[in-house]
Amino acid sequence: MGRITLEGVRKSFGKYAVIHDANLDIEDGSFVVFVGPSGCGKTTLLRLIAGLEDITAGRILIDGTNVVGVPPAKRGLSMVFQSYALYPHMSVRGNIGFGLKMAGLPRDEINRRVEAAAATLNLTQYLDRRPRELSGGQRQRVAIGRAIVREPKAFLFDEPLSNLDAALRVQMRLEVTKLQRQLATTAIYVTHDQVEAMTMADRIVVLNAGNIEQYGSPLELYDRPANLFVAGFIGSPRMNFIGGEQAQRHGAATIGIRPEHLKASRDGEGWEGKVSVAEHLGSDTFLYVDVPGIGSLTARSIGELGLAPDDTVRLLPDPRRIHRFDRDGKTISG
Amino acid sequence: MARRVSTTHKLVTTVAAWIVGFVIFFPILWMVLASFKTELEAFAIPPSFLFFHWTTENYAAVQERSDYLHHAINSIVIAGGSTLIALLIAIPAAWSMAFAPTKRTRDVLLWMLSTKMMPPVGVLVPIYLLYRTFGLLDSRGGLIIVLCLGNLPIVVWMLFTYFKEIPRDILEAARMDGATVGRELIYVLTPMALPGIASTLLLNVILAWNEAFWTLNLSTSAAAPLTVFIASYSSPEGLFWAKLSAASTLAIAPILVLGWFSQRQLVRGLTFGAVK
Repeated sequence: MGRITLEGVRKSFGKYAVIHDANLDIEDGSFVVFVGPSGCGKTTLLRLIAGLEDITAGRILIDGTNVVGVPPAKRGLSMVFQSYALYPHMSVRGNIGFGLKMAGLPRDEINRRVEAAAATLNLTQYLDRRPRELSGGQRQRVAIGRAIVREPKAFLFDEPLSNLDAALRVQMRLEVTKLQRQLATTAIYVTHDQVEAMTMADRIVVLNAGNIEQYGSPLELYDRPANLFVAGFIGSPRMNFIGGEQAQRHGAATIGIRPEHLKASRDGEGWEGKVSVAEHLGSDTFLYVDVPGIGSLTARSIGELGLAPDDTVRLLPDPRRIHRFDRDGKTISG
Repeated sequence: MARRVSTTHKLVTTVAAWIVGFVIFFPILWMVLASFKTELEAFAIPPSFLFFHWTTENYAAVQERSDYLHHAINSIVIAGGSTLIALLIAIPAAWSMAFAPTKRTRDVLLWMLSTKMMPPVGVLVPIYLLYRTFGLLDSRGGLIIVLCLGNLPIVVWMLFTYFKEIPRDILEAARMDGATVGRELIYVLTPMALPGIASTLLLNVILAWNEAFWTLNLSTSAAAPLTVFIASYSSPEGLFWAKLSAASTLAIAPILVLGWFSQRQLVRGLTFGAVK
């Protein structure tokens, strides 16, 4: 009903290759997030699936049918844009119902569906307003309403929450997740925010410079990153990477240890270093420590540690949580 | 914090603005006043401003002597016709430039605009000869063609900037919603571009209405618009200022009224692209 498969997908703009050989299998009903730094190709990949860009090579299958060459209107997908892209000259009702009007549905059916979508999204009282009379969050909901009312095979979200303020973003994140679960429709969600990715996704696709680095569940990516890039991208604050002698001792070119897996204490076991910056959040403490012979490390502790800059601290890495990487940056398993 | 403007400053700038506005408007005002004076008073030195013998004899003379209606209709047909044809050509052209640009698009646009920089008198002789050969002299069709082609660069340029202002996202959303190219045009693009098309239409009608060079040189009577009507009142013999003023007032009255009612659209049209 909403299974999307990518086979050998390539995209170039002229000589410039943006997507190199993407292969992906997205199950029906799953929430998949494309995540990666700016310019990694995640939005391009989404637009290829939507049909808004032409593919250079490869196949895109929706429920087993190759849709390369099929115009976006006929692929049965809905998209929510970063800028909402609402029709300014139509009311909310007109915006949400436009797709149904294009599909040729009778007026009563359109009204029924529009009103149902509006009720789900708490937009009923705004149905006759124009987009310019709405707040950012309301506009976002209209954009989502427009997408859900067509009952597509899959939803495509292009960084829909980036234009909202932080508090609204968290609220909308929950709403989108709940909605997707309720509708049980496949969703592909593009974001640069790895927190959004980790909290919303069933599976995450990490992209870097046009390559799919890893495709797995959030915890898989957290516990078993495939390479240096994924290890450094997922998790905030970033994983600590240590090279040189320490790494060699573990049989690797680089080792990684997450800040939350470094046990910090005033005088216990572990590497000794000096605190350069201490961030007190109340719930956590982030310590930025200079350890001679190893480098700058970040450590995270639950609760308040009472350490200040220039204090001495000892950091003990959890041996079960040390990641090892070879010379090419790939994870060494075992 | 916004810059603090003192009340004196505001007063001075307001008065200055009114003075400048008055200076610009003055010739028209004077002309309208002169149209109500007798020929002697219109010519008198020192000239009287408001206190003179008001008369409508000039308007009567103008109506009697020549056919205002005939010229007015010609003006309407020529201005309207050339604008409509220009729009028909320019809308698809601007469309393709805005939504399917190539490497050459910018160059083509600039080249088109450059043709406006050439003084028309430079091509007067060849065009006159061409028109004579094809029997287009003193014909409405001929004037429509030359005015349309003359103003086409501006129409294309203005429409191009308006179409560019339409966010690509919204058109893509329409495509995702299942709209074919035609329906995207009808339901999304045209309604959004309508204010821009309207301003372009208005501005072009005004430009065509006031166009004097080609209309004077390529028409005599049958297709003569109001520009010729006014020019015919400058005679080398006898006093004619007052009658000329009356004729001119009659000639510009329609366009002044149109401009007054559409001034918001016109300002928008003229300041396109200035604020992005």
